[in-house]
Amino acid sequence: MILRLAVVALLAFMTLPTVVVIAVSFNPTAILSFPPAGLSLRWYANALTYPQFQRAAVNSLVVTAGAVLLALPIGTAAALALERGRLRAPGAWATVLLSPLVVPGVAAGLGFLIVAASLGLLQSRAVLVAAHVALVLPFVVRSVWVSVTNLDPALERAAASLGATPARVFVRVTLPLLRPGLFAALLFAVVVSVNEFVVSLFISTRVNEILPVAMFTYVVNYTDPTIAALSTLFIVATFLVMWLVDRVVDLSAVFLHHR
Amino acid sequence: MRLLLAPAVGVVAVFAAALAALLQYSVLEFIPGSLRTGGFTLANFRGVIAPRYLDHVWDTALLSAATTVLALVASYPIAYALARTPSHRIRSWLLVLTLAPFFTGAIVRTYAWMLVLGNTVVTWPVPMLFTERGVLVGLVHFSMPTMILLLAAAISHVDVFWRVTLPLSMPGVVAGSLIVFAWTFSAFPTPELLGGGKVKMIANVVKDLALDSFNWPGAAAFAMLALAVTLALLAGLGRLAAGRAP
Repeated sequence: MILRLAVVALLAFMTLPTVVVIAVSFNPTAILSFPPAGLSLRWYANALTYPQFQRAAVNSLVVTAGAVLLALPIGTAAALALERGRLRAPGAWATVLLSPLVVPGVAAGLGFLIVAASLGLLQSRAVLVAAHVALVLPFVVRSVWVSVTNLDPALERAAASLGATPARVFVRVTLPLLRPGLFAALLFAVVVSVNEFVVSLFISTRVNEILPVAMFTYVVNYTDPTIAALSTLFIVATFLVMWLVDRVVDLSAVFLHHR
Repeated sequence: MRLLLAPAVGVVAVFAAALAALLQYSVLEFIPGSLRTGGFTLANFRGVIAPRYLDHVWDTALLSAATTVLALVASYPIAYALARTPSHRIRSWLLVLTLAPFFTGAIVRTYAWMLVLGNTVVTWPVPMLFTERGVLVGLVHFSMPTMILLLAAAISHVDVFWRVTLPLSMPGVVAGSLIVFAWTFSAFPTPELLGGGKVKMIANVVKDLALDSFNWPGAAAFAMLALAVTLALLAGLGRLAAGRAP
């Protein structure tokens, strides 16, 4: 009973900020109040029409699409190699591939900034895409790896023994069987890339900055609820994605699965 | 089959190249007013322990330690419920609620805490926003999803809490603590926005030096410190895990 109360209280602590953001986003005035004095959508309108956010949204779209389209095949290939490549030390290779996760954002960000400056790429989105690929790759590898582990090689052998070429086996048997892992990988990669902030801050200018960086600048300079509105849109999108992932793959398999 | 690993290794190599550039800059001389650098020097690392910055390094260590302890205490009940609930529905909900902040993004979460800690919701008896207290609350909240997941993975299915479950979950406690400490040690958005320039941790010093003063070598030295602490803690974690494996 005490445990149950503690869990509820702690979950309330975890969700409290989210609830406040959503409530404040409907605030009718620029002066924040909670609960809001009325209901208004003006901050949503402001968020969606602010030119720098529109520019940043386009950048986010390009960077995330580029990073995900690169990371998905690269990570899938790596997951297959880790499980079936008869590597001498698969655990060590996995550690290498997952290592970008543990590097402090400011270290990676400053490193990429130095490289970008020396290559004259400070205003380009290419460096952002490169950094994002490395940052989402661990999530892709892990999600697909879970699916590869559950894949029965007998099904592929059956297809091969019935005369399918290796390419055909891969496209018609292997890939469809990996679909849950691939789908989870896609959604995680999108969510992680869309929300990436620290590394992106270092390699962004006003020209190529992505949405979280633009939102950070706005928060530093203005106090009205525009960011609350934009945050609410992010939160709703994230919940939808999480719910979708949980329907397709068991989230506990990805996150509580220790191997 | 092994060749399939090559593209991924290439991606990590690009990442490693960025870190190599960071290491290189951390030992190059800063020329004020220029992005060009001079020759080899250790002056940047002397800057890390300069009286001017030592406070921030000390604050970083203190806040990281406090965050680790509080996150551990606050996460254990949720992790316990997550690992032990017989209902698949409840586990799904706990997991979604746990992971949602993890995936909501640093800016959204930190902005939310700015609203809560500023006197929007309640009037706090003591100032919270732009103080170390406020930063600590934000850091604990930020660390909880990670801590919960690591603890839940380690909590066993045996039903005797003090004698069995807690000792058996020690690997999770150690792993969670080390990882949360390491993460907090290099935390950026939380102290940046909740500290409002009054509370600075190492990552904020890196940003100030790199993006405001254009002192990349000086910033690189601080970033190397954050990186070194993180890697040392994780290496310790790896050794502990290896020592325990059968």
